[in-house]
Amino acid sequence: MAGVAVSTTINGDNFEYLCQPDETLLDVLRDRLGLTGAKEGCGTGDCGACSIILDDRLVCSCLVLGAEAEGRRVETIEGMAHGDTLHPLQQKFLEHAALQCGICTPGFLIAAKDLLAKNPDPTEEEIRFGLAGNLCRCTGYDKIVRAVQDAANVMKGA
Amino acid sequence: MRYIRPLSIEDAVGQLAGAAGPAAILAGGSDLLVRMKGGFVEPELIIDIKAIEGLSEIRETADGFSIGAAVPCAALGENAALNKAWPGVVEAAKLIGSKQVQGRCTITGNLCNASPAADSVPALVAAGARALIAGPSGKRTVPVEAVPTGPGKTSLAKGEIIEAILLDRRAPRSGDAYLRFIPRTEMDIAVVSAGVNLTLDEHGVVKSARVALGAVAATVLLVEEAAEALIGRKLDEAALERLAKVCAGACRPIDDKRGTVEFRRKVAGVLARRAATTAYARAGGK
Repeated sequence: MAGVAVSTTINGDNFEYLCQPDETLLDVLRDRLGLTGAKEGCGTGDCGACSIILDDRLVCSCLVLGAEAEGRRVETIEGMAHGDTLHPLQQKFLEHAALQCGICTPGFLIAAKDLLAKNPDPTEEEIRFGLAGNLCRCTGYDKIVRAVQDAANVMKGA
Repeated sequence: MRYIRPLSIEDAVGQLAGAAGPAAILAGGSDLLVRMKGGFVEPELIIDIKAIEGLSEIRETADGFSIGAAVPCAALGENAALNKAWPGVVEAAKLIGSKQVQGRCTITGNLCNASPAADSVPALVAAGARALIAGPSGKRTVPVEAVPTGPGKTSLAKGEIIEAILLDRRAPRSGDAYLRFIPRTEMDIAVVSAGVNLTLDEHGVVKSARVALGAVAATVLLVEEAAEALIGRKLDEAALERLAKVCAGACRPIDDKRGTVEFRRKVAGVLARRAATTAYARAGGK
């Protein structure tokens, strides 16, 4: 199989890579670019652990080909904090203990960031619906929902 | 395997028609990539249609709406004019998958995947939507119900690609609605579903109607007798009773782990009735 040459923007930086035509963007991020924040849970778009933002849309990177990123804008968990300063969502996840094993956390944070970008003041129900594409087998979700509510309050005040 | 991203529909059609081995169209990929991963399909050529001009746009024309084949379902929900004209189509499209899947999946893909339980298809059939197909011998337009021919099978010929889904301009006093039954509140596959599209006269009498049922046969069913139960009447109890009875009778469901034949028949009637009531209210009927 011939490689596909891709030029794309990830977290504001230009990246160029070669990938196989059937290689997912998730595999490219993790195995070629060393961006291992996005996780592979199911590989079929059900668990949301590989969530990223592609041209302002929340997607599962396991359901995107690496070749499709050509000329597009990718945002991953690695771009969420500014240096040592955590994003308010990251800070609130820590404060509320909204994670245990942590595998689902990058996906939840990215999905929550996308949710708050589109709806800065969501109700609890809107948060639960908005994060329904992300599965967590540890927390029971309540702490995650509370962390997102708290972060939304902080971000509104900012 | 090769991945290509043609810039014109003519080029895409040419590549698809000329492919020696199995080829697949990639729009949102939420079915294709899962099937590739599971080993159910092994395309030698993947044709990504998202760089083709116009295919990622919803256009409002003099005739109605043209929804490009690469438009993600999330974009349907964001289009105010489409929501106003065809709320039933939009609510069906928005039921497909999670937020993540919504960012990728398309109604054209939902149609071409040809699942009998596809959520957007009964709503599109009820809406009288048409598929604009580009192929080696030019373009043609067919009613969407002519596209799926059975689970996983379509009537598209070699080299043909659906370019857009077309919805008519809305007549005054029209409304549509879509409902499905699943055993949880979201993110599941329809056990039974119903789409209803109505146009009323100035007295609130149903002038035209289309009723479609999903997941109760090998393809989505357009139930003409159900439409006849509503036409010429207000949505009174007798008309709704008749609608439910006809819909239950029209089903040819399977028994599986998600629902029995008996359950699916009953629920088809209930959902058709409720969807008709919502569509009627949206059309301004009282």
